[in-house]
Amino acid sequence: MKILVVEDDRETATYLTKGLSESGYTVDCASDGREALFLATSADYSAMVLDRMLPSMDGLSVLGALRAAEIRTPALILSALGSVDDRVKGLRAGGDDYLVKPFAFSELLARLEALLRRGAGPTTTTRLQVADLELDLLTRSVRRGGKAIEVLPREFRLLEYLMRNAGHVVTRTMLLEHVWDYHFDPQTNVIDVQISRLRQKIDKSFDHPLLHTVRGAGYCLRAPE
Amino acid sequence: MVIEGSRFASKAPLAAAQILRNARLIVGTHAFRLAALYFLVFAASVLGVLLFVYLTSADFVERQTEATLDAEITGLAEQYAQRGLSGLIQIVAARSAGDRGDAMIYLVTDPDGRPLAGNIAAWPAGVPTHSTWLSFALERTINGRHEVHPARGRLFVIPGGYRLLVGRDISDAAAFRSEVRTTLLWAGSIALGIGLIGGTVMSRNLLRRVEQVNRTSERVMAGNLSDRVPLRGTSDEFDQLAANLNRMLDQIERLMTAMREVTDDVAHDLRTPLSRLRTRLERALVAPSGADPPAGASQSEAIRAAIDEADRLLATFNALLSIAELESGARHDQTASIDLSEVARSAAELYEPVAEEKGFALTVAAEPGVRMRGDRHLLSQAISNLLDNALKYAGGGQIELRVFPKNGQAILEITDQGPGIPEADRHSVLDRFVRLEPSRTTPGNGLGLSLVRAIARRHDGSVTLEDNRPGLRVRLQFARLPT
Repeated sequence: MKILVVEDDRETATYLTKGLSESGYTVDCASDGREALFLATSADYSAMVLDRMLPSMDGLSVLGALRAAEIRTPALILSALGSVDDRVKGLRAGGDDYLVKPFAFSELLARLEALLRRGAGPTTTTRLQVADLELDLLTRSVRRGGKAIEVLPREFRLLEYLMRNAGHVVTRTMLLEHVWDYHFDPQTNVIDVQISRLRQKIDKSFDHPLLHTVRGAGYCLRAPE
Repeated sequence: MVIEGSRFASKAPLAAAQILRNARLIVGTHAFRLAALYFLVFAASVLGVLLFVYLTSADFVERQTEATLDAEITGLAEQYAQRGLSGLIQIVAARSAGDRGDAMIYLVTDPDGRPLAGNIAAWPAGVPTHSTWLSFALERTINGRHEVHPARGRLFVIPGGYRLLVGRDISDAAAFRSEVRTTLLWAGSIALGIGLIGGTVMSRNLLRRVEQVNRTSERVMAGNLSDRVPLRGTSDEFDQLAANLNRMLDQIERLMTAMREVTDDVAHDLRTPLSRLRTRLERALVAPSGADPPAGASQSEAIRAAIDEADRLLATFNALLSIAELESGARHDQTASIDLSEVARSAAELYEPVAEEKGFALTVAAEPGVRMRGDRHLLSQAISNLLDNALKYAGGGQIELRVFPKNGQAILEITDQGPGIPEADRHSVLDRFVRLEPSRTTPGNGLGLSLVRAIARRHDGSVTLEDNRPGLRVRLQFARLPT
């Protein structure tokens, strides 16, 4: 899969290119807005990582021009501007996700992969399944191995998000953003405790755990091998 | 002496140039032009009114004279028709006898111009003997003095060459007219004088108020940010302008203060952790990858610690920026109506498991439908900060989150049963980087409550700390939206 990285800071660009290449992606790099626009319109990318402040044409203008030209490549905006306003502006301009600098590479990778999956998979499904864990989106019920599991509404949404991203790492920030719509980091480890509670419900009385902690990155729900 | 003289000589044209420049400056001002226009319009209207009064009153006197003469002539003509020439002469003689004080002039002459009766001796010189209306000068001797009086008269030609002249000495009317003219001239001059003074005072008044604004802005630009345009309390346009300018200056001052505070804070509280970070990295660089004091920290552990330190720094930095942004009032998009109860419940839902794990009982008592205008994200963050604090400092027991309406206010309270905050510290603890624990062993940057206060203020609300007996009660108060 080909990823376009638009970043004018050479060090960050190298860091991103190296990390993404190691994760198995082909990476093209643009260092200013015009070049980014040219590359994005001439080649087919699976996703792009876009810095907001660029020479010659800023990131949001690039994005606006692309979206106006019906180019729907998923875009992850990378920016040092981190207020809620900036985020809203970025998403309104056509960005699909927003990550504030400085960032951990694991966070960026997890978000980028979530974007890639979102572009690929059908979203109109009514049932999610990972191994013997089933989630019915219509009746909002959870079953594992045919046994019904009682979950709270918020736990259901947490589980739904994990299952939609099954097999991939989701970070704490991603969970806070998508399940709680919180765009800040609480000082307490609220997400860890939420996850361990959910784990109690879906994993405790079963042989194979599905919900795993990925150290230094986040969590991953996956079927046993 | 020569030097003195030359200095003096060079000063004079300088002063003249100064005056000229000042004059040009004044003429160039809007106030002067306004005053001049005001004066011109005022003068034109005053002169118009006075001229009208003068013409009307003069005309009135003239018409009165003519009406009198007409009536007299008509009366005498009737007498002549009834009683003939001799009768007319008798009546004229009777009317001419003595000084009746009404300044009437009568004269009847025969065809040769010889007077037959009347109160003047002869036909006045230079007066034609045929036209109807006459103006002439009358020579008279009154009390031994020879005077020439203007007179107005009317001629009645009697068949047979006889003529009757009825006239009136109009020197009184002329005197009246000149009296009116003088009065009006005086009135006009006074009015114009007042107009000139009024215009000048008005323009100077206007100039002075503009000048006040100018002087204030100059002082502000020179760095005195707390200077304000004086108000008169008249709530006229100038007061409104001044009030608006003052509000603008308040805003600028607030922004500058916030900016300065952030710079101070960065200098004060970020420098220490930054140098600590630097030391750590330096030590990691020098240390061999094996064990090394203190506490046998390996190189990778030192780097991990450095990354943690950097993360804490970033968090502090972000919090500082958020507070500064909130306090500077640069955002105006929180007009959405939100349900405070829902926001509180959502936060409690997130924190409930962690509270339980730490040995707290977190309960929510949120009355439904307490709505306010605000930013959901910011309020969530405020509640989250307060819950973080309670979990960090209260040690255990009950944490209660309450949302309820009271006197048109939306109130959110978070109470715990911990040690609370001594009354003396309850205000200062809201300031930046204030932490009551001197050892600072608990993680945190001392910005949590500052951020809460900044968020409350951003919503035109307030935050108060109270005694929960035992524990702390934090109360956020906002204007409530009617449901």
